[in-house]
Amino acid sequence: MAIQYISGKEPHAREKRLIFKNIDRVGFTPSIDSFLEDGGYEQLKVALKMEKSAIINEVKASGLRGRGGAGFPTGVKWGFIPPTNTKPVYIICNADESEPGTFKDRYILHQDPHQLLEGMIIACFAVNAKLGYIYIREEFPQAAIIVEKAIAEARAKGFLGKDILGSGFDCELYVHRGAGAYICGEETGLIESLEGKRPYPRIKPPYFPAALGLYMSPTIVNNVESLCHVKHIIQMGGAEYAKLGTPNNTGTRILCVSGDVQKPGYYEVEVGKVTMGEVIDVLCGGMKPGRKLKAIIPGGSSSKVLRADEKFKLKDGREIGIMDIPMDFDTMAACGSMAGSGGVIIMDDSRSMTWVINNLNNFYAHESCGQCTPCREGSLWMKKISDRIVSGEASPDDVDSLESVANQIEGKTICAFGEACSWPTQSFIKKFRDEMKGDCKPELVGEIVSDEGKVAAAGLAA
Amino acid sequence: MALAIPAELESKIDEVITHYPVSKRSAVLPLLHLMQHQFRFISDEIVNWVAAKLSLEPIQVLEVVTFYPGFRQTAPGKYHIRVCRTLSCAMAGSYELMDSLCQAAKIDRSHVDHHHPIAVSEDGKYSIEFAECLASCGFGPVCMVEDDFFEKVEPAKAGELLARYSA
Ligand SMILES: Cc1cc2nc3c(=O)[nH]c(=O)nc-3n(C[C@H](O)[C@H](O)[C@H](O)COP(=O)(O)O)c2cc1C
Ligand code: SF4
Ligand code: FES
Repeated sequence: MAIQYISGKEPHAREKRLIFKNIDRVGFTPSIDSFLEDGGYEQLKVALKMEKSAIINEVKASGLRGRGGAGFPTGVKWGFIPPTNTKPVYIICNADESEPGTFKDRYILHQDPHQLLEGMIIACFAVNAKLGYIYIREEFPQAAIIVEKAIAEARAKGFLGKDILGSGFDCELYVHRGAGAYICGEETGLIESLEGKRPYPRIKPPYFPAALGLYMSPTIVNNVESLCHVKHIIQMGGAEYAKLGTPNNTGTRILCVSGDVQKPGYYEVEVGKVTMGEVIDVLCGGMKPGRKLKAIIPGGSSSKVLRADEKFKLKDGREIGIMDIPMDFDTMAACGSMAGSGGVIIMDDSRSMTWVINNLNNFYAHESCGQCTPCREGSLWMKKISDRIVSGEASPDDVDSLESVANQIEGKTICAFGEACSWPTQSFIKKFRDEMKGDCKPELVGEIVSDEGKVAAAGLAA
Repeated sequence: MALAIPAELESKIDEVITHYPVSKRSAVLPLLHLMQHQFRFISDEIVNWVAAKLSLEPIQVLEVVTFYPGFRQTAPGKYHIRVCRTLSCAMAGSYELMDSLCQAAKIDRSHVDHHHPIAVSEDGKYSIEFAECLASCGFGPVCMVEDDFFEKVEPAKAGELLARYSA
């Protein structure tokens, strides 16, 4: 029988549902029975009969790139575990889903947890990890219960625990809940958190998780969606999977669209097979009535903003507009931003860019872990300066100060949060400088202004 | 006052510790979650109890409590509300939602700051705070009441939402 979806939540004809096949599906529940009826855990059986290196080779051949943000090839990451390693290996599923604009892992955890478990157990077998954790953000309390129940069901059926399906392979998975901090999404911060500490990210090198991760042992950290793909790669074969999407940007991915479109939501598409214009006009039903596109944050709040009238020069010499950008990793990078976590935030001409960047700067100031000075101080200053610009009490010079603070964070911090918090400010100022300066008071140039108002003329302040 | 840990809670705690065969310290977060669920916030006694349970110094537990926004050191209301503050929800009206929830619940947020993010209603029934992106950005504004999650909450219907938590 054809798969039926809940009325009003049917996938769009342009979607290719691999990972989200069971999301909003009529009659499908998170129970293991539902999953087994649908052919669940068959790929685990196949994988357990394969050579471990053959599984890793299939994942390499698939071209799968991590769906958590950085887009790093998953098979290559798995291959980083030192061949001479004698320590235990761990796998962590990153289910922290905290990059603003991103909402996809939530549905897998709540509606199809066994898909994740099957992918994760295959991954455990491939890298010989006998212990793994699913790090779920604290704000998903129901998901933690559902995934714990799924783990218990899988264990009861012999898909987890000792001697899985007679293969001789032992594996245990546990849920670990976060506690409301964005930095726990950063993989080394996550590891510290899982060790029961403050989630202060570790410096790389030397602390690449694949070499020195959890408990200083080799650790593979993968996003929820990435691990789900593993099951489908085993099912299809790496080469066949790689035919989905476009070269070097293979497979499907879930785009999460929010903001000023008619139909925001999640859409699973072949990577690079739809353009930004199609995302907006075809999948999301266009802009709101009477409104025009102004800007797009294409890959989670940390990706650089794109302006509606920009022209982007690609490697092959072509020049394209924003609506022509194919939704893939490489083109988005060539356009000066990144595909990131798949969170696409659309803004129309009713939005003040000053207000938008101020909202994001409040986020980053709140979420900096405080470990390194440029990020701790800089994120707070970016918030304060943009608070002032939004209040209308800033001098146009403040926009330049804001930019210089951002420039002094990027590249000078322990973890990539430094880039994550400075890229939005840098890109918004670069692309909307006039608008932001227009929100300031020209008569305040050269004045020092505090939160309480005008304090002193420039030279006198010191 | 000595902390009274129900037997059921303690056996759950002992079970959770077994999830971390390599290092008991890893159980700090799950233990704090269980304790906060039971006692509503993390008191100094709880910090000491968890530290003793896991053979840690109290500061190793306290530093965790003070870092993570998910742990509270003061009592919230009977029903704790979290409203998403971040961009997509803000564009969809989350600040308006916060205002109307505060009005409906009679909560004064004027004293709220980074270190004291929670405001409690006079009668102690409701408390509220802003949360950062709750990962449902396409369906904002979103909020949570205790462990329940709500999407597309119209600010005008804040009272209706609260009415579901009136007991
Ligand atoms: C500040 C910051 C926040 C991050 N948040 C998340 C997150 O919420 N979820 C996630 O999967 N990856 C997140 N990442 C990326 C992880 O560090 C890591 O690269 C990823 O989990 C690896 O999985 P993948 O290779 O499957 O994408 C974040 C990175 C940074 C720097
Ligand atoms: S860059 Fe920011 S978030 Fe990352 S370690 Fe430094 S202070 Fe912490
Ligand atoms: S911005 Fe509110 S859920 Fe993401």
